Amino acid sequence: MIKLSVNGQSHDVDVEDDMPLLWVLRDELGIKGPKYGCGIAQCGACTVQIGGVAVRSCQVAAGDVDGEVTTIEGLGSPQALSAVQAAWIEHQVAQCGYCQSGQIVNASAFLNENNNPTDEDIDNAMSGNLCRCGTYPRIREAIKTAAKTLRNS
Amino acid sequence: MGKLKTIARRTFLIGTAAIAGGVAFGYYAYKKPGENPLLPNLAEGESALTPYVKIDADGITLITPRADVGQGAYSMQAALIAEELDVELDQIRIDPGVPSATYYNTALASESAPFRSTDDGFLAQSTRGVMDSLIKFLGVQVTGGSSSVPDAYEKLRVAGAVARETLKLAASEKTGTPIEQLTTSNGFVVMPDGSKLSYIELAPLTSTIEPASEVKLRDPSQWRMIGNPMQRHDIVAKSTGTLIYGIDMVLEGMVHATVKSSPRKGLMRSFDATKAEKMRGVQKIIPITNGVGVIADNTWRAIQAANAIEFDWAEAPYPHQTDEHWATLEASFTDDHLDSQMRDDGNVTIGLAEGNLVEAEYRAPYLAHAPLEPLATLVKITEDRADIWTCTQVPGFLHSALVKLIGLPEEKVHLHMLYGGGSFGHRLESDSVIQAVELGLAMKGTPVKLTYSREEDMAQEYPRQIAMARARGSHKDGKVETLDLGIAMPSIISSQLGRQGLSVPGPDTQIVAGAWEQPYAIPNYRVSGYRSPELAPISSWRSVGASSNGFFHDCALDEIIHAAGADQLEERIRLIWHEHSRKTLEAVGEMSNWGSDPGPNRARGVAFCLSFGVPTAEVIEITNAEDGIKIDKVYVACEVGKIIDPVNFEGQVKGAVIWGLGHAMNCERTYSDGMTEQENFDSHQGMRLYQCPEIEVRGLENSDTVRGIGEPPVPPAAPALANAIFAATGKRIREMPFDKHIDFV
Ligand code: FES
Ligand code: FES
Repeated sequence: MIKLSVNGQSHDVDVEDDMPLLWVLRDELGIKGPKYGCGIAQCGACTVQIGGVAVRSCQVAAGDVDGEVTTIEGLGSPQALSAVQAAWIEHQVAQCGYCQSGQIVNASAFLNENNNPTDEDIDNAMSGNLCRCGTYPRIREAIKTAAKTLRNS
Repeated sequence: MGKLKTIARRTFLIGTAAIAGGVAFGYYAYKKPGENPLLPNLAEGESALTPYVKIDADGITLITPRADVGQGAYSMQAALIAEELDVELDQIRIDPGVPSATYYNTALASESAPFRSTDDGFLAQSTRGVMDSLIKFLGVQVTGGSSSVPDAYEKLRVAGAVARETLKLAASEKTGTPIEQLTTSNGFVVMPDGSKLSYIELAPLTSTIEPASEVKLRDPSQWRMIGNPMQRHDIVAKSTGTLIYGIDMVLEGMVHATVKSSPRKGLMRSFDATKAEKMRGVQKIIPITNGVGVIADNTWRAIQAANAIEFDWAEAPYPHQTDEHWATLEASFTDDHLDSQMRDDGNVTIGLAEGNLVEAEYRAPYLAHAPLEPLATLVKITEDRADIWTCTQVPGFLHSALVKLIGLPEEKVHLHMLYGGGSFGHRLESDSVIQAVELGLAMKGTPVKLTYSREEDMAQEYPRQIAMARARGSHKDGKVETLDLGIAMPSIISSQLGRQGLSVPGPDTQIVAGAWEQPYAIPNYRVSGYRSPELAPISSWRSVGASSNGFFHDCALDEIIHAAGADQLEERIRLIWHEHSRKTLEAVGEMSNWGSDPGPNRARGVAFCLSFGVPTAEVIEITNAEDGIKIDKVYVACEVGKIIDPVNFEGQVKGAVIWGLGHAMNCERTYSDGMTEQENFDSHQGMRLYQCPEIEVRGLENSDTVRGIGEPPVPPAAPALANAIFAATGKRIREMPFDKHIDFV
C-alpha cells in the first residue's frame, strides 16, 4: 500500500511502486484533471504540484511521492476559481483545452514563487508545457493578469 | 442586403417535430427548389433532417453538429442560432447531436457550401477542391476545410428564426393577440402589456401548428451577439480541469485497453504475448485486425503489457526509407504524372527564354497532426445496443461504418460526440474507433476504453503529404514576368478515400491548392500538378495541400521579385488583381510599417496565400541574433467576410500562425525500415512558448461571403519566415524544416 495525500484527501493505493503518479491519479483515484500527453516529460499536460513544486506526474513513481499532491482540481473549481483560473477564463486562453490543466498548474506554482515575473521569467517557466493549438500569446497575457491579482491580494 | 434576398429566394425547408416531451425545430428537408417549401409536422424519424433547436421541459438545447476540436465550433454554432432565437448563451445547453439517419443527409452536401451552387465566382472555385472531395464522399456532417462557419452562417440563423416565429405563432394562438404585437427576448415571448410566456411552456403547443413559413433574417445592424466578443461555452470547464474528453470517460465496470498495430501500416504476421499475459492487471489479450489489444485494469498497465508483446510485422507497403520517397517525387515531374494545369496564362516558354532566369527547388516533409490528446474511445456493446463515445470529424461516415461492423440496426448504434483534445485533421481518420469497437465486440457487456499511447498515436499517424516543387521564373525591367511552378506529391484525397474503398476520378486539386488559384496577374504564369505514385498513406493536415504549396509558391515569387530588384510588398501588390486580396497585403504593409528601417540585424519578410477562399497576408519581423534567428513579431491580415466572435477569431488566427511557424521551424516525419522515426514530442515538437512571437491580427470584412479561419493563416506563415530569413541573412531556405539549415534561438 502506498499512502498519498491528494488535494487534502488521503488515499491508500495498492499499486506497483513504479507506476507513474499520473496513472494512479487518473485510473486509480479517478482524478482526471492531469492529462496524459506524452509520458516522457515533453509536454507538461500531466503537471501537478508536490509540496507546491510543479512536477511532471508521468515521471514521478508512485512510491517516490513525498508530499502533498495538488492537481488542477485542488487549485479551484468552477464555483470557486483560483486567481490563475479566473485569469485563464478572462483571456479565454483555451482552444482544445487539453494542455490547459497542466499550463495552469505549472503557472500557479511559478506565480507562487514569483508574482512579478518578467517576460523572460515567463518564457523560462512555461516552455516545458506544449500547446499544440498555439495558445501561447494568451497564456502570457493570463499570467500577467493573474500576477497582478496575486500582487494585490 | 443582397444576402437576405438570396435566402428568401432559396426558401429554406424547415419543419418542426414532436419529440419525447417537447419539440424540435429546424428540421431540414432537402428538396429541389420549386417544390412546396413547407414540410409541416414531420414525424420523428422521417428522413433527411437535421434538428437544431430542441425545447422540452428541461430547457432549450441547441444542436451543434460540427465537431469541436478546439476551434470553438460549438459556441459559434450556438451563437448563430441564439442570435435569431433570442436566447442568451448561458440559458441554453449545447448538444452535438447523435448521428443517425435522422440527422444527416448526403444530399445536403451540395447545400452545405452555400456558395457552391449559387456562385461560380473565383473564390468559390478556389475552395471547391476540398468541398467537392471531402463533403461529397464523407457525408454532410463533416468538420473540415474551414467549412463550419460558411456552412452554418445562414442555416443556423434560419433555424433560430423559424423556431422563434413558430413560438410566437403558438403564443398568438394561445392568447388571441395578433402576432405582429409580440416580441421575444431571453427565451420568452413578450406580450404587449409586458407579460411573458416562456419558450418552454409554449413549446408543446407548437407541435400541432404549422411552423412559420416566412422568416426574415435580421439585418446585421440589429445583431446582439454576432460580431461581438462572446464567452466560449467550454471556457470555464477547460480552465478548471472539469471538461471530459474521450480519454477521461469512465463507466461502471469499465476496463482499460490499449492496442498495437503495425508501425509499417501493413500486416501482422504473428505475435507472442506470453510475457504480457502474466503482467499485473492484464485481463485479456485480444487479436484485432492487424494488431493486438490488451485489456487491463489500468491504462499504464495495459501500455506496459502491450510493449512487452513481441510482434512480427510484415514489410511496409511503401518505400522503406525517406530517401526513396524523395526519389519518387523527383521522378514525378513528367508528362505522364501531370494531373492538372489549371493555370496557364501567357506563354511560359517565351517568358522564360526572354527574361532573366531564376530557378529553384523546394521541399516539404511529412508531418504528424499529433493533437495533444492521444486518440481515445469508450465503447459499450451489448446484445441489442452499442454506445460509442469519441470525437470525430466525420460522425455520419463513421456511424455507417460502425453499424456495418457491429451488425445491429442503425438506430441501436449510438455515437456520442465529445469535445476533442485537438485534431488538425487527425480525427478525419477512424481506425482507432474501429479498433475500440473490435475490442468492445470481444468484451460484450463490458465497457472498454481504448487509449493510444503517444507512441502508438505517432506510429499510426496518417501524416501531412510529402511534397516537392520546381520553380522557374523570369523578370524584365524590374518586374516579375514569368512564374512556372510544378508541384509533385501523392494525392491526399485518393489516399484518404482509397482507405474507404472509394476512388475519386479526375485531378486532385489539392496537389496545386494554395498555388494555382493565387490572384496574381503575372504575364506568363503556369502551375502544374504532378501526381506521384502513392507513398506512405497520408491525410488532410491543417490547410491540406496549401500547407506545402503556399510555401512553394510564395518563396518562388519572393526569389523572382528579389532578382528583379523590386520591393517585395509593392511588387506583390502591383501583381494582384483581386481587390480583397490586395487589401490584405496593404493592411500588413501598414501594420508593419513596411519600408521603415527594421533596426540592426533585423529584417522583414512578407508572404501571401489565398486558401479556403480566404486571402491572408503575413509580415514577419526577425532578429538575426548571435545564437540564431529569433522571430519577434508577426502581422496578419485576412479577409473573412464576417467575424462572428472576435475573441475566438483572434485565437484561431494566432494558433494557425504558430502552427505554421512551429512545424516549418523544427518538424518532420521520416521513415526508416518503413517505420516513423519520430515517436514522441521529443522529436516532433512544434513551437514552444519561448519561441512564440508577438502576433498582431487584423480581420477584414469587405467580402459578402463568410469564411472560416482555422486554416488560412497556416500557408503564408512558413514562406514569410523563410523570406525574412533571406532578407536578414542572404540565405535562401527552400526546405522545411528550416532548422536543418539555420539555428533558431
Ligand atoms: S504526459 Fe507528462 S510531460 Fe507529457
Ligand atoms: S489548447 Fe489545445 S493543446 Fe493547448
